[in-house]
Amino acid sequence: MLEIALPIGFGLIVVALVLNLYRLLRGPTLPDRALALDTMYINAIALIVLYGIANDSKLYFEAGMLIALIGFVSTVAVAKYMTRGDIIE
Amino acid sequence: MRKLLPFPLLSLFLWLTWLLLNGFSWGHGLLGLVLAVVLPLGTRPFWPNVPHLRNFPKLVRFVLVVHWDIVTANLAVARLILGSPRKLRPAFVELPLELEDDFAITLLASTISLTPGTVSADVSEDRRTLLIHALDMDDEAELVAQIKQRYERPLKEIFEC
Amino acid sequence: MDTLVEFLVSAAILVGGVFALVGSFGLARLPDFYLRLHGPTKASTLGVGGTIFASLLFFSWQEQALQLQELLIVLFLFITAPVSAHMLAKAAMHRQLRRREDTRGRPWKQ
Repeated sequence: MLEIALPIGFGLIVVALVLNLYRLLRGPTLPDRALALDTMYINAIALIVLYGIANDSKLYFEAGMLIALIGFVSTVAVAKYMTRGDIIE
Repeated sequence: MRKLLPFPLLSLFLWLTWLLLNGFSWGHGLLGLVLAVVLPLGTRPFWPNVPHLRNFPKLVRFVLVVHWDIVTANLAVARLILGSPRKLRPAFVELPLELEDDFAITLLASTISLTPGTVSADVSEDRRTLLIHALDMDDEAELVAQIKQRYERPLKEIFEC
Repeated sequence: MDTLVEFLVSAAILVGGVFALVGSFGLARLPDFYLRLHGPTKASTLGVGGTIFASLLFFSWQEQALQLQELLIVLFLFITAPVSAHMLAKAAMHRQLRRREDTRGRPWKQ
């Protein structure tokens, strides 16, 4: 059962990532692109967790955690830059 | 005791996080314990007014309610997204806040954003009003009443008298 | 592997995938920024939540011991996702992004 569910899960998330990429390229505004990137990193975490299940390895957990940390900080930095024109005041 | 552990819950949380990250063993238990005592002491000045947890069972209940709402609201919003975008009735709503504690307001805003269908967009300078964007709003008074009754009142009981 | 656990893991993977896709679909299709903002909250809650639950169950079963590490990712996302959504909304209001005409109420001046 898992042999069927895993590829479907991969497929769903890859399509989701492609949709995010569409929004990232299409824009039209800067906040839209930042939002697309934000969603992309969240979907990337889901993809990596699935990959961990497929490879039967727990190492990928740490990669997921790191993406979560870096993604959050970068989204906040970009959002802050857009409101203030500066990141650290 | 109060001096050594200014925020007992934060310490417990840090300790459990450390154990989850590094695996359960005696060595990490001890190291985590040291960190759980030292970190809150070091960050003490960053917390000007400490929120006091008054009602722990209510907090557990609140967390469960929020998780349940996340699941049900996700289903509702999935239907909205897949349906025609023309039928959506988006709106900006101002929610008058009764909470006074910053931490409690943060929790309320996060809860509103986590349950799909509503996103908190801004807090006024005087911390009296919260600006919310709703994906599909039927009636403003109804939405405000629902948020107040379901999230704000429990939070008020948890953190303030 | 026990059939029941395998079934639950598969179901969680599918639920997670479907919700991540629906969230991203919303991001790609909804007409204005404030509406699009609602998509990712779904992806970060039930989308990642579903896959993490699957992974939790899978490894707990594999090693015959409760593995809760993955919960940290969900916990972290639950704390941070509302914050980034809030910051992006503020940025959008600051730039006075166009909103759909029939939006009731108005954003605040930043």
